[in-house]
Amino acid sequence: MFKKFSSSTDIASQTPPKSSVQRSIRAGVLAQWQIEPETLEQIWPKKESLIHVKCREHISIYTINGEPLFFQHFDGPFYPALRLLHKYPFILPKVGIDRGAIRFLLSGAHMMCPGLTSPGGYLPPPESGIPAGAVVAIHAEGKEHAVAVGTLKLSTEEMRKINKGVGVEIATHLGDDLWAIQTL
Amino acid sequence: MSSSDQQEPHAVQPVQVLYCQICTFPPEYCEFGSSLTRCKEWLNEAHPRLHEKYYSDEALQSKLGTLSLEAQAKLEKETAKKEAKAEAKADAALKKKMASQVSIKRIERNKRKFVTAIHGLEAFDIELKKAAKFLAQRFATGASVTKNVQGQDEIVVQGDVSDDVLELIESNAGIFKGVPAANVELVEEKKKKTTE
Repeated sequence: MFKKFSSSTDIASQTPPKSSVQRSIRAGVLAQWQIEPETLEQIWPKKESLIHVKCREHISIYTINGEPLFFQHFDGPFYPALRLLHKYPFILPKVGIDRGAIRFLLSGAHMMCPGLTSPGGYLPPPESGIPAGAVVAIHAEGKEHAVAVGTLKLSTEEMRKINKGVGVEIATHLGDDLWAIQTL
Repeated sequence: MSSSDQQEPHAVQPVQVLYCQICTFPPEYCEFGSSLTRCKEWLNEAHPRLHEKYYSDEALQSKLGTLSLEAQAKLEKETAKKEAKAEAKADAALKKKMASQVSIKRIERNKRKFVTAIHGLEAFDIELKKAAKFLAQRFATGASVTKNVQGQDEIVVQGDVSDDVLELIESNAGIFKGVPAANVELVEEKKKKTTE
């Protein structure tokens, strides 16, 4: 989603949203991620107001003090920025990818099923399977920190069975243009 | 407001992540960037324990992990190639920067009115909008950033201030800090400009 993004040309506007909108965003974030209200309070204090940065293709990035926290496409699910995910790795469920897949991911490819189902990859066990369409953090084999954030195209069970095609659509990865922009 | 609840654990502290100064990735991902050798050096100087952790022999052995031998060799070759390419690119960019000129043009608007167009400041990492504002303040005239016919950005200042701008840039006053004096030139141009 941030393949070609430069702050000078792709940002349309930066405004603080209404407090009713901010409240609904806060509620949305609490519902979608596995985060406690107190922890969210640390990241986004009640008194502070987000800034809504509108970008091309209906992408909205929400920042505090210039630092991007999370973003969404249209009115879709909220994706945390990778830096935020590194600080609080528990907010999203994890899937793991094979070591050989890392370099393709870092050049912007989507995650194919075999990268997740092969011996190096990690999918959560069937009891705690993740449904399709969920936002997940993508970790790499042998690494501590997440590489990317994406949406599951197939549920983890289906991935194990079908094992073909795109498994996770990547929203942001390490080293993309959102990562490069440290303040907006 | 205190952030503690009755018995529930309160706000989880963020994980402090160290990011490599060279490639801005977490150090474990430096190998996928294009500056592995520099990253390793930096890590060794700044955080020797981490360097041990990631690049010691056992660490490298365990990382081979699930990849076959030939896949591993291929991966190494590719990363070396990528690194070399990135270095070449950085060098070329630097050379271009050294060679690029800042050109100051004086363009005729009417019989006795001129505008001054300054080209090529981008290569020296100068923020054009700020520079334009600075110039407008200095000369008490209008200044703006526009795109010229070639699609490059240039600063257009109303009035004939070409000599003054030349002096300003050469003396590295205020915002024009990075520009070496040798790269600036004054260009005469007779052009009918309809917009400014």
